[in-house]
Amino acid sequence: MAVAARKAGRAGSGAANKTTSTKGSTRGAAPNSPQFDKNQDLSAYNEMLLIRRFEEKSGQMYGMGLIGGFCHLYIGQEAVVVGMQMATKEGDQVITGYRDHGHMLACGMDAKGVMAELTGRRGGLSKGKGGSMHMFSKEKHFYGGHGIVGAQVSLGTGIAFANHYRENGNVCLTYFGDGAANQGQVYESFNMAQLWKLPVVYVIENNRYAMGTSVSRASAQTDFSKRGVSFGIPGEQVDGMDIRAVYAAGQRAIEHARSGKGPYILEMQTYRYRGHSMSDPAKYRTKDEVTRMREEHDPIEQVRRRLLESWKLSEDELKAIDSKVREIVNEAAEFATHDPEPDPSELYTDILL
Amino acid sequence: MAIDILMPALSPTMEQGKLAKWLKKEGDQVKPGDVLAEIETDKATMEVEAIDEGVLAKILVSDGTDNVAVNTPIAILAGEGEDVSAAASSAKAPAASAPAAQPAPTPDMQAEGLADRPAPAERPQQTDLSTPAAPSVITNRTSYNAMAEIPEGTELVNMTVREALRDAMAEEMRKDEGVFVMGEEVAEYQGAYKVTQGLLQEFGAKRVIDTPITEHGFAGVGVGAAFTGLRPIVEFMTFNFAMQAIDQIINSAAKTLYMSGGQLGAPIVFRGPNGAAARVGAQHSHDYAAWYSNVPGLKVIAPYTASDAKGLLKSAIRDPNPIVFLENEILYGQSFPVPKLDDFTVPIGKARIHREGKDVTIVSFSIGMTYALKAAQELEKEGIDAEVIDLRTIRPMDTDTIVASVMKTGRCVTVEEGFPQSGIGAEIAMRIMENAFDYLDAPVARVTGKDVPMPYAANLEKLALPSVAEVVQAAKAVCYR
Repeated sequence: MAVAARKAGRAGSGAANKTTSTKGSTRGAAPNSPQFDKNQDLSAYNEMLLIRRFEEKSGQMYGMGLIGGFCHLYIGQEAVVVGMQMATKEGDQVITGYRDHGHMLACGMDAKGVMAELTGRRGGLSKGKGGSMHMFSKEKHFYGGHGIVGAQVSLGTGIAFANHYRENGNVCLTYFGDGAANQGQVYESFNMAQLWKLPVVYVIENNRYAMGTSVSRASAQTDFSKRGVSFGIPGEQVDGMDIRAVYAAGQRAIEHARSGKGPYILEMQTYRYRGHSMSDPAKYRTKDEVTRMREEHDPIEQVRRRLLESWKLSEDELKAIDSKVREIVNEAAEFATHDPEPDPSELYTDILL
Repeated sequence: MAIDILMPALSPTMEQGKLAKWLKKEGDQVKPGDVLAEIETDKATMEVEAIDEGVLAKILVSDGTDNVAVNTPIAILAGEGEDVSAAASSAKAPAASAPAAQPAPTPDMQAEGLADRPAPAERPQQTDLSTPAAPSVITNRTSYNAMAEIPEGTELVNMTVREALRDAMAEEMRKDEGVFVMGEEVAEYQGAYKVTQGLLQEFGAKRVIDTPITEHGFAGVGVGAAFTGLRPIVEFMTFNFAMQAIDQIINSAAKTLYMSGGQLGAPIVFRGPNGAAARVGAQHSHDYAAWYSNVPGLKVIAPYTASDAKGLLKSAIRDPNPIVFLENEILYGQSFPVPKLDDFTVPIGKARIHREGKDVTIVSFSIGMTYALKAAQELEKEGIDAEVIDLRTIRPMDTDTIVASVMKTGRCVTVEEGFPQSGIGAEIAMRIMENAFDYLDAPVARVTGKDVPMPYAANLEKLALPSVAEVVQAAKAVCYR
């Protein structure tokens, strides 16, 4: 077990070959996981819980017919984006695919605006014209929200190119899944990023299923940390359910990119509890598998245990956090339910500047 | 407060489903994420998860009930500290099964997406449900005066299209540090067609960037950089190769401004030679003007003269929108008079009347203009006075200038090297019907590339391309001559 935060080593040095397969391994907090102080655990708990509750509410509102089209929930993967965000500094950018609600909340985008976009209302972050997969915030350095699998990898590399061009010291975190990791433009981007030493961290969120296809049925190389080997891009496999491991790996990767050494790959081993999208019953995996992940590796439960056991918080104190988070989510849902739809005149705006 | 647990929808088109199985029973403590029940439709099965914490006070719809309408309360949850029996009795819906009022949509209807989705619980009512009118493409029914673009008395110097394009980029790069050029062979090789000649020497490797042969990747890199406010000029060695990158051009560059509600645009120019060169076969000869012109969110430019190439490329680089700038390999070496001005620009979206006439309007662009102009000379010999319009910009199309001319001549022929179906000629003909139908004395005629992949053999290639003779013939036909 315990594949957490193990360095896969630099490609070309031969060290990468020492990385053992993670297939069939159980995952949990590694014994040598980096530690969080009380404030870090509290903050992690708050942020992850917000995403969890927000997504549960999204699922509920989808069920009520308030959210249309596609809706991809992030439940189970919260530690990845929250841990990575803890390792960034102001100015660093984030770009991801369509499973993006968690990323937006972690970037500090307004829950009301996100939820109202999901319901297609005028107060949505894209004025109701983007939907679940298409939201952006220049102010929070969040560049979307992209619906074409893998497209964000070239785009994120371009944002890193702009950082390099401007010499502004910022790093772009480019998230994609195990499915997108097989797209051709990912490797075109890896090549250019390493060739030009662009400040980009590729965060591969390996949740084990590309829609309904398990990693082993779609990928010849299932160790995604090795996907940059032929370009000389270092990579690590990280226990993406342990926020401390995510944070520590994030710090290493971001430091590498910021110091001018070029791109870095983090394979986040994580798990989505829900189907690919709301209309996916997820029959391609066993209930036991899902239950085991939820019961033994839940990223929020891990922090909750530490808050109770190590930091001696009371159940009441945790309950207070929970109510506060619920309040934010309920307010967002309330707003998103009653905010009017966009004015019909919006049909023909924002096409060109 | 007691919480109603509602029958969820599995998809936007689902109206009802079967409550297959309860996994919790009345009196059970539940917490968020617990699976309460399983529901089924003919297509899928899904779990109903608890959102809130509490005690399952009452089950309103029992196991195995069919046709349960979406949003029907299926159970009641007593919140924390709430009296379970009081909550249970708060049921608003009858405690029996709640069959849907409407007949089930047939699987076919669902598959086709024809079944209406359930009305959202509280969709706000819009007072005006009619579709707003699209902005008019006709603004003043007068043609644009392109003559005024060049002040009287300006010195003109002969220059090739190639040199004009290079100068346009160099001038804009001197003005704006955020402008850079990237593409295959643009730097050290000085451009596959020598359009970027000398730029590396003047601006250095930071701003004139040789890329690997990875169109899809570097187009995406360019769009990402443009999102941050840089102004990339992405050169494709030819637009045939941009097919590898068309997803980034359309899905990322053209649509993001709209999808972001106006927050995030991509000020980027995609440029390179488009259409047929000579004897390069089907994969290197495609004219993509009609393809890109189909996409809202893009501007599409295809100049003919060196002067327009320079003025329009400068405008394109300054424009905050994504622009597809279609050049032509055969035109690169042709010389035209170019105004000697410090900062000469041509507005995007304005056609130019290249030759005035009164009998028939010939509309073309890019290399199509060479057929159109030669045909006009031929027609003159036969006593037909043709007006030739150079569109210059394909999108937004200058409908005003076309319509004003057709109102004068009553006849129109379009000329392009692209394929006929859904081509630029088809679009022009439609716009004339929409805006000047009553002025037409003959149906609009089009001269296009033939509806075949470009052949290699010299004789077949010649047949596949439009010819001056075809334009002359079409013009005479619409003049009933």
